Amino acid sequence: MQATHAIPHTGIHEEHHADAGFWRTYVFSTDHKIIGIQYGVTALCFLFFGFLLMLMMRWQIAHPATPVPLVGPLLEKMLGTVASQGKISPDLYNSFGAMHGTIMVFLAIVPLAFAAFGNYVVPLMIGAPDMAFPRVNMASYQSYVIGGIIMVVSFFIPGGAAQAGWTSYSPLATSIATNGQTFWLVGMVFLITSSLLGAVNFIATIIQLRAPGMTWMRMPFFVWAQFVTAFLLLLAFPPLEAAGIMQLMDKVAHTSFFLPTGLAVGTLGNISGGGSPLLWQHLFWFLGHPEVYVLILPAMGIVAEIIANNTRKPIWGYKSLVYSALTLGFLSFIVWAHHMYLTGMGIRVATFFQTTTMIISIPSVIILTCLFLSLWGGSIRFNTPMLFVMAFLPMFGIGGLTGLPLGFNFSDLHLHDTYYVIAHFHYIVAPGTIFALFAGVYYWFPKMTGRMMNEFWGRVHFWISLICMNLIFQPMFAQGMAGMIRRMSDGGANYTAAHNTAAGADVIGGLSDSLIHLHVFILWAAVCLGAAQIPFIINFFWSIKHGKPAGSDNPWNATTLEWQTPTPPPHGNFAKAPIVYRGPYEYSVPGHATDFTPQNEPDKA
Amino acid sequence: MEIPYTTEIRKDTGLYNAKVGIWLFLASEVMLFGALFSTYILLRVGTPEGYWPHGWLTVWLGTLNTIVLITSSITTVMAWASLKMGNFAKFKMFHAITLCCALMFLAIKSYEYHDKFIHNEITLKDGRIADGHVIKKTAEAVTIEGHFVEDRKELFNLRTGFFGPPKHGEIEIKTADIAKMSNYGPAHHTYNAIYFTLTGLHALHVIGGALVIFYLWAFGGRMWKEDPERFTNRIEISGLFWHFVDLVWIFLFPVLYLL
Repeated sequence: MQATHAIPHTGIHEEHHADAGFWRTYVFSTDHKIIGIQYGVTALCFLFFGFLLMLMMRWQIAHPATPVPLVGPLLEKMLGTVASQGKISPDLYNSFGAMHGTIMVFLAIVPLAFAAFGNYVVPLMIGAPDMAFPRVNMASYQSYVIGGIIMVVSFFIPGGAAQAGWTSYSPLATSIATNGQTFWLVGMVFLITSSLLGAVNFIATIIQLRAPGMTWMRMPFFVWAQFVTAFLLLLAFPPLEAAGIMQLMDKVAHTSFFLPTGLAVGTLGNISGGGSPLLWQHLFWFLGHPEVYVLILPAMGIVAEIIANNTRKPIWGYKSLVYSALTLGFLSFIVWAHHMYLTGMGIRVATFFQTTTMIISIPSVIILTCLFLSLWGGSIRFNTPMLFVMAFLPMFGIGGLTGLPLGFNFSDLHLHDTYYVIAHFHYIVAPGTIFALFAGVYYWFPKMTGRMMNEFWGRVHFWISLICMNLIFQPMFAQGMAGMIRRMSDGGANYTAAHNTAAGADVIGGLSDSLIHLHVFILWAAVCLGAAQIPFIINFFWSIKHGKPAGSDNPWNATTLEWQTPTPPPHGNFAKAPIVYRGPYEYSVPGHATDFTPQNEPDKA
Repeated sequence: MEIPYTTEIRKDTGLYNAKVGIWLFLASEVMLFGALFSTYILLRVGTPEGYWPHGWLTVWLGTLNTIVLITSSITTVMAWASLKMGNFAKFKMFHAITLCCALMFLAIKSYEYHDKFIHNEITLKDGRIADGHVIKKTAEAVTIEGHFVEDRKELFNLRTGFFGPPKHGEIEIKTADIAKMSNYGPAHHTYNAIYFTLTGLHALHVIGGALVIFYLWAFGGRMWKEDPERFTNRIEISGLFWHFVDLVWIFLFPVLYLL
């Protein structure tokens, strides 16, 4: 997949790699910039794939048991009986749900936010010639691709892909008789290996390869964000790997790590027992919660860079941002069980995690406040990246604030596992993180290709996406608060019908017609959101060859080091080893000839 | 621009790149094994009184393996020190011992694994329980070297001293009389599950480490001539990993064999 998409860059990089040959340059490259682009394009493909899965699920929710238009026959042909007559069966719905989550988190957002932008931008920003371990970097990408292939292949095995949700709770995950879960676990081992190699590489690079003068407090906030993210991946993923190995043992060696005594579900009659289902949840969420910050921290980093650049003034509270990010990283390791209030783990444990959860909202609020205050008094340039960033701030705000009722264990009892939860975390990840990632694509595109992306189509992409995102996720808050449970393959139709016939139309727990009809509304908003991505995709590929030339190495007049290289940067990045003289955001310095002072510009005596 | 600090030390950190990398990698390994050790604790405290097994492993074999691994850790340091002193022949000698130790460890471990797979608990149709090692198995009958127990609970306390259980006589059991037969593999009990998972993962680390050390040992001659400092660093890095593998065993041995 990556090979074909990397081809358009050929013309631009040719002179630097003329000796290495096509395969070494574009497929088995050890150059951090090529690997970054490989990661980026592959992750964008997975992002779109994950979105399409969701679109089919939304059709099934809005119109249960009716054939999916356009792709229905194709589904039946490819997947067989689970999609007979082009309808999405409950089993297939479960597969799509589990894989939508898995793909979006592990194959799309993390690789895009961390691996793609991190790989391309971090070494440039700190003035390094490459990552510390280029071949490890290549291995990281290859491991990611193998993991991705295993996940995609699992759709086509008998019984289809994993069905137990992206969280794969045991005993459910172990008791489903098909091999989807086994594929999922093996795929995850590869993805975890990939991010482990990436994390080691990032941290070593940031510690060891900073250019002379690039002290810790002169690093752009983006680099700090990636640094903390790398630590989260390094330390939080291994417990999930351990859990994955144990679930694999449960599945193939018939052990009982997560299977309690006396359990008799389907094929699981004859087991030794003695295991603990709660153990899986603890190990999963020990990764799962830091993972949330893996999703959001790089996005915050991108936002900080773009805000400083487009307000033409230093970011407000740089040190507060840095210390908040570090605090966030540390605290994210001790909040995981707020995902488990309903598991019966006990009031005292719940109280502890409720407390830490409230504490962790403090650094998040500091970061968001600093970013908001940075706008104050700026003369803001509203280009496409800045528009996405401006939308990120309130959207992330909504996502964050709606998380508070979920963090308190009394209100979570009502909201747990409803559409409210879905709306909450999608506000953080979709119009939050993904918008920041779009902003990053528009912002760094001229550095990667030497050409700008089209501004008009960028705005079309932005406005339709922003409106549709809200039309999709706002109604889910209402549905969730009314008690609509997630993971119902018919959108609650049967559930509602059962209640209505039992006790009249207006029972507590039943869902009113208007809430059920919102499904259709959400479906069409999602279709429009999909349509809004078409200008982006065309713009992305068209601009590589035909976009407006960037004009200079530094089209946004930025201060950070990635803009002080040739465009696109050659192998080895800098023509001459940079020396850093000042902090990252020296915009509009009084008395200076231009309104920006690059980090590597020597002081005049 | 070339990547700096591949062999020379960066002043403010006092480290070369690969050393930062290996320490970070080991940190993540600590989390990996940490999660499994936590699992061990959780499973053990969750087991009803009297049903967590004791004495299912042979202590003297574990002790021998501990000695073998510690020896290999010493020779690993000696190999690195020899390179620091410029003596390649001595390096070759010491790391040859390291590799022999690795093979010996794996051989002993395989023997222990095999012992568990032929060890069976057999429930007869009349309710009696026999326990022992299968020595002959035909379609009609199974011959084990073992004994009958009064109560299944007896099987959970087999603490028999340093040199393992006393020899039992042979018992022949007809296949027709067997209600359930389960070997002491991973599925037998959560103790076996965590034992096989922990030691299996550890054995994979031993194999991985030994392969890297073997590669450097067998094919490192050229790099030693061209760039001795870089080669010495590689031996140091692989050595750090090897010490970690050793350290994990130092925790595994008491936890699984003694406690």
